[in-house]
Amino acid sequence: MPKRTDIHKILVIGSGPIIIGQACEFDYSGTQACKALKAEGYEVVLINSNPATIMTDPSVGDRTYIEPITAEFVELVIRHEKPDALLPTVGGQTALNVAEELARTGVLKRYGVEMIGANPEAIAKAEDRNLFKKSMERIGLSVPASCVVKTVEEALATAVEIGLPVILRPSFTLGGTGGGVAYNVEELTEMAKLAISMSPIHEVLIEQSVLGWKEFELEVMRDLKDNVVIICSIENFDAMGVHTGDSITVAPIQTLTDREYQVMRDAAVAIIREIGVETGGSNIQFAIHPDDGRMTVIEMNPRVSRSSALASKATGFPIAKIAAKLAVGYSLDELRNDITRQTPACFEPTIDYCVVKVPRFTFEKFPQAQPVLTTSMRSVGEAMAIGRTFKEALQKALRSLEIGRAGLDDFGAIPDREELKRLLSTPGPERVFRIKQAYQSGFTTDEIYHLSMIDPWFLDNIEQIVEFENGLKKGRKSGGSLEALPHEQLYLAKQYGFSDVQLARLFDTTEKAVRERRAELGIRPKFKSVDTCAAEFEAFTPYYYSTYEQEDE
Amino acid sequence: MGIPAVLALEDGHLYRGTAFGAIGECFGEVVFNTSMTGYQEVVTDPSYRGQIVAMTYPLIGNYGVNEEDVESHRPWVEGFVVRELSRITSNWRSRKSLGQYLEENGVPGIEGIDTRALTKHLRTVGAMRAVLSSTDTDADSLIAKARAAPSLVGRDLVAEVSCDKPWEWKPELATTGPKVCVMDYGVKYGILRRLKALGCRVVVMPARSTAEEVMAQAPRGVLLSNGPGDPEPVTYAVETVRRLIEDPPGGRRLPVFGICQGHHFITLALGGKTRKLKFGHHGANHPVRDEKTGQVAITVQNHGFVGDMETLRRDDVEITHINLNDMTLEGLRHRKWPVFAVQFHPEASPGPHDAHYLFRTFLDMMQGAHA
Repeated sequence: MPKRTDIHKILVIGSGPIIIGQACEFDYSGTQACKALKAEGYEVVLINSNPATIMTDPSVGDRTYIEPITAEFVELVIRHEKPDALLPTVGGQTALNVAEELARTGVLKRYGVEMIGANPEAIAKAEDRNLFKKSMERIGLSVPASCVVKTVEEALATAVEIGLPVILRPSFTLGGTGGGVAYNVEELTEMAKLAISMSPIHEVLIEQSVLGWKEFELEVMRDLKDNVVIICSIENFDAMGVHTGDSITVAPIQTLTDREYQVMRDAAVAIIREIGVETGGSNIQFAIHPDDGRMTVIEMNPRVSRSSALASKATGFPIAKIAAKLAVGYSLDELRNDITRQTPACFEPTIDYCVVKVPRFTFEKFPQAQPVLTTSMRSVGEAMAIGRTFKEALQKALRSLEIGRAGLDDFGAIPDREELKRLLSTPGPERVFRIKQAYQSGFTTDEIYHLSMIDPWFLDNIEQIVEFENGLKKGRKSGGSLEALPHEQLYLAKQYGFSDVQLARLFDTTEKAVRERRAELGIRPKFKSVDTCAAEFEAFTPYYYSTYEQEDE
Repeated sequence: MGIPAVLALEDGHLYRGTAFGAIGECFGEVVFNTSMTGYQEVVTDPSYRGQIVAMTYPLIGNYGVNEEDVESHRPWVEGFVVRELSRITSNWRSRKSLGQYLEENGVPGIEGIDTRALTKHLRTVGAMRAVLSSTDTDADSLIAKARAAPSLVGRDLVAEVSCDKPWEWKPELATTGPKVCVMDYGVKYGILRRLKALGCRVVVMPARSTAEEVMAQAPRGVLLSNGPGDPEPVTYAVETVRRLIEDPPGGRRLPVFGICQGHHFITLALGGKTRKLKFGHHGANHPVRDEKTGQVAITVQNHGFVGDMETLRRDDVEITHINLNDMTLEGLRHRKWPVFAVQFHPEASPGPHDAHYLFRTFLDMMQGAHA
């Protein structure tokens, strides 16, 4: 189906101020969507209260309203502009909530504005915990046992039924705000009170805990012809219990066989159809029991999400841009893949590198907040890195955080065993460094796994980094120097993601000296493309990441 | 560091890495596969007979090897090429490591090479003969060996992977549907599993079976399986297919469903031609459009040869599926006879299940034929 000609003016809702759970990723998606709509010849009106966004630059929309993103103000804009359609799926949860309200209160109908890219029924089915649970049961998928409650008494009664600990998930909140894990009755009483007050409809889901299960996400797209594709698969480094925005995440999935992955893919396709997201992207989260592979559906975001930005950059597939084009009637097979030009957008990107995202925290700015991670999001930003191995990508991401680390650095004095055990079993912003310390003090992968529930595959890769570094330290102690380090070892260090700063520290020398030594040996970074297709087709507009390999592109 | 290994191509390109799996030497056409999951299915797929497979996804072996995810009773790849082999395996179903599995089955592997550089090279110059060795690391000697290796073109590889006598797939499982004969040109278990899941009784027939031998089994339909290499030299298979679809013994036309190599044989039996693709299609993300519905399925592909659409332009043949990446032929059906075929792999394994519905189509045809 070609693009629609019955709509001319489209109102796009931005995401407003940058807050935890809703940051610049929605400026990225909103801007992409506006540009795509304009390029198709539509008149784009946008509302966004945040002036420090690309989206509000004069060239992005045809007209921009810097106004609060509330139903009241959006209605004023609608009255003034009389748009034909409203696109609410590229501005995060705030935009979606406002659009839902405008539909519910009859404003859209009154002004003859069509919601595109989502529909109120689909939003309700995905966001209302009870409706979502019923939908999943209808298509034979398992969800954790749960109950929606409106009072503290109901919350306590539910906990008696399904057993503690329980997860609290307030309906319609951002980044899980007001949610968390309650381990006992006292905690549950306090937390339920807060959660009920945080939910705009004063509803909270009390859910059976799947703490420690492996957590996965799929980014899914669907068009009006009912074509469904998976853009990116993501595995969370941290197990269930840590909000995905606070977890180190890895693309693609690393520890599932194809058979297990395809069960999840089939489920994702069934979910997007059942919920009724007709066009655009959705993010679906799953948990899998590490011992027997039982799979359960955690939640779905029927819109461009935080993970969509990551998935777009991780694969080269511009989710928000394509979502905007699907919303105005195109089908995936009618759109081209911008990077390869020769092939259509109706495909599933395949990647030949590993992507690691690490969240950035600023607990030091909030002395009253416990630096412990739970189901409500605390991170204020993130850094993503691409490498040919997980080790390389992890170290690159850690040094991109601007927290003064050059990679998986040593992290001060190593605490005693008992303290380390505590730090490993409590998710916190520094846990990845504590894993290193645990290996340094002789913990095994199995011990660390049982304390942290972080998959042994990730742990083993960290152990490889530690072992390699130990080898260098040992060589240094027995009189070795940077100059004496064989070519292969230095090359391998770079392939393991060690920065020159880290190597300089290990050899008591300067970053400059390491760099010069590398130049002498001809060890230089090579640049490889992100091309959506693992080099199967020629790339015309790729972007690049550095790595240590044979060929430079 | 482990034992050095070398992958040498016939054009003189050399990739030096570390050996895993069996220590030894193997020859084959080197191809790349772009699936991010499913290495166990890939190494055990008989269609890879004669080929050394390089995985474009760099981290391989993470979830080990288990007892269920095999596509045949042994690995068939001649050699296996990865960027980084996982040191441990992590999955509740894992029984052993990929390295151990390949070693037990005598398949040499190489890790630590720039697989993306290799892929780009193959994309540019096309699939090539190669040698993978951990016993000889001398460049000149290896390049000479690669040049002396047999080409895939004109060779009957089907004969090397087919079964010797008819056998039944999982007779212990209940059967509610029709009996199907599956011509084993190198059949993947995934195909047999799909048929059984629909309740069919599944009898696997050797590739050299004649049309009479097939009909003697009294099946309600015949599935022509996937298989390795060049279809043209496999004249006996083409002849059986021609008899089955054009002039069946006993006169009753049965539904015939061809997959991959089976699609080639139908193409040839209908008088069409096949040709070799530059570097083939090997992956799990190829968009294929159903020409009737306009819907796109994400399909699994594994073929180095393809049916030539121009040679099939005849009134009684309908082109049903097209690959949207390069617009090549992906499926056809006969307008009068109950014959249809696809170039891709509806059984997936590994890959998306979007095209599973084709087995249902086949079942409906068989049950309709009976009514």
